[in-house]
Amino acid sequence: MMVDIAITGLSFSYQAGPPVLQGVNLQVAPGERLALIGGNGCGKTTLVRHLNGLLRPSHGKVRIGDWATDRCTTARLAQRVGFVFQNPDEQLCRRRVRDEVAFGAINLGYPADQIAQLTSQALAWWELNGKVDTNPHDLSLAWRRRLAIASVMAMDTPVIVLDEPTVNQDLWFHTRLVELFAAWQLAGKVVIVICHDLDFVAEQFGRVVLLSQGQIAADGSPSQVFQEEQAMSQAGLEAPQLFRLSRELGWAEKICTPETFLAALKMYHRK
Amino acid sequence: MSPSAPPLDAHPHPAIEVVDLHFAYPHSPTAALEGISLSVAKGSFIAVLGANSSGKSTLCHALTGFIPHFYRGDFAGRVRIGGLDTTTRSLDELVQVASLVFQNPLNQISGAKFTVREEIAFGLENLGVPRAEMTRRITEVMDLVGITDLADRSPFALSGGQQQLLALAAMLVLRPQIFVLDEATSALDSAGSRRIFSLLHQLSRTGMTVVLAERKLEEIAVHCDRVLVLDQGRIILDGPPRQVLASPRLEQCHVGRTRYSRVAERALTFGGWPVDRSLPVGFQEAVAGFLHLGSKR
Repeated sequence: MMVDIAITGLSFSYQAGPPVLQGVNLQVAPGERLALIGGNGCGKTTLVRHLNGLLRPSHGKVRIGDWATDRCTTARLAQRVGFVFQNPDEQLCRRRVRDEVAFGAINLGYPADQIAQLTSQALAWWELNGKVDTNPHDLSLAWRRRLAIASVMAMDTPVIVLDEPTVNQDLWFHTRLVELFAAWQLAGKVVIVICHDLDFVAEQFGRVVLLSQGQIAADGSPSQVFQEEQAMSQAGLEAPQLFRLSRELGWAEKICTPETFLAALKMYHRK
Repeated sequence: MSPSAPPLDAHPHPAIEVVDLHFAYPHSPTAALEGISLSVAKGSFIAVLGANSSGKSTLCHALTGFIPHFYRGDFAGRVRIGGLDTTTRSLDELVQVASLVFQNPLNQISGAKFTVREEIAFGLENLGVPRAEMTRRITEVMDLVGITDLADRSPFALSGGQQQLLALAAMLVLRPQIFVLDEATSALDSAGSRRIFSLLHQLSRTGMTVVLAERKLEEIAVHCDRVLVLDQGRIILDGPPRQVLASPRLEQCHVGRTRYSRVAERALTFGGWPVDRSLPVGFQEAVAGFLHLGSKR
């Protein structure tokens, strides 16, 4: 199943507090992978919590495929939106790694053979097979994050939201995550990732949305968004390493990946 | 003063002294730390790098006394912080020397306080610091960390990055001699990270010893004066940032290097990086190297 996302005029305030989101409009197509970036406290997590109904708009609409979230329970939305929390300890609830990975799939009511297959795939992907009987809370924080992703992966939802998945993770994890992104894209899943590692964002995402003070300040390809120097600076963000380097070298090209950097360097080298 | 006399600020003991430390968690088939020996001078600013499960957090806990007092396991060797042996001194004594900012701020925030300001006061209250001084120190630390505008918010109404800043402020306000941070800037935006690295750099210049388990290589290159790399519980590299961060071994042990090092290394193959220059670690070196090549043509 493939779905799109439409967020229209979304505003939100926590209780009587000031608005955290103000008039956010965002459309995401099936199969699209999007990075949501912004400074601390700008509303990124608040925005994505509207996708699975953990938060409900003060104003505006959120639609996941043909479901308007204001007419769906969070339990129903879980059929379409898998959500990996920023802090895995807010998510993990079972006593064994194996049960944790199967938990979401069981609750979605999948047949037993499908649950077994999805669980075993997710365990193998994140190399959790040697830890299936471990209590999740005996794992290190980095492993708990991997487990949290594995459990959402096993839900096989058409939309997957990851809130800061790369935090505390090493190169092996990054490689595995990138391979998973590719598999999800082939399957037509929408993937929305909140990420502070802008070098990673520059290399792995076709679309970047910059959120600043609860509003979308830029939306486009990585190079388009990183070029918005004023908006980036206001959000407290610094462009990725290669982008800054190429800008400092005075190149016309807006560089986001090692491959484009090296291609441009070769061109200048020939001249 | 005779030429052989030590400088006035010389300290008779290193701030941290670790001798042949081994530690294994209960029921674990492998040791988390093996044969760690380390001497850290007062006022150092050290980064600890390593892949997941390499032993970074365990080392942070061992340098603050949480190992062996809180996390039990097989402990051998000796750790002295501020001259105190961590095995024979109580955690109460050790926390007055060294403070640890936890990897997960929610493991640290007390849950007993309603505002950011009260949460920062918590440690000072327990130490019996007079009210006027407490107020002064809290105001100062909130300003240094950049959370003054959050003072009256609930710790649980903050974003993940803001909670990290609060956890850091709550430890910094104790003015430890040794300040250990376990990936405590991981959820911060660029401006927040830079501010914290600059702050830690300044504090180390005033004599605070700072040990930071981290992944932000570009910030480490600019601010730290020594980098340790752990792999499977052992120290495999130890030296100045310039030297350690350029090492290809960082790729093999899943830490990685800065994009500057990586593209320069690949550019060497077609003459795109000057052969007589070492690989760049930080931005300025990269700019200088690539410009140098352009200026020679």
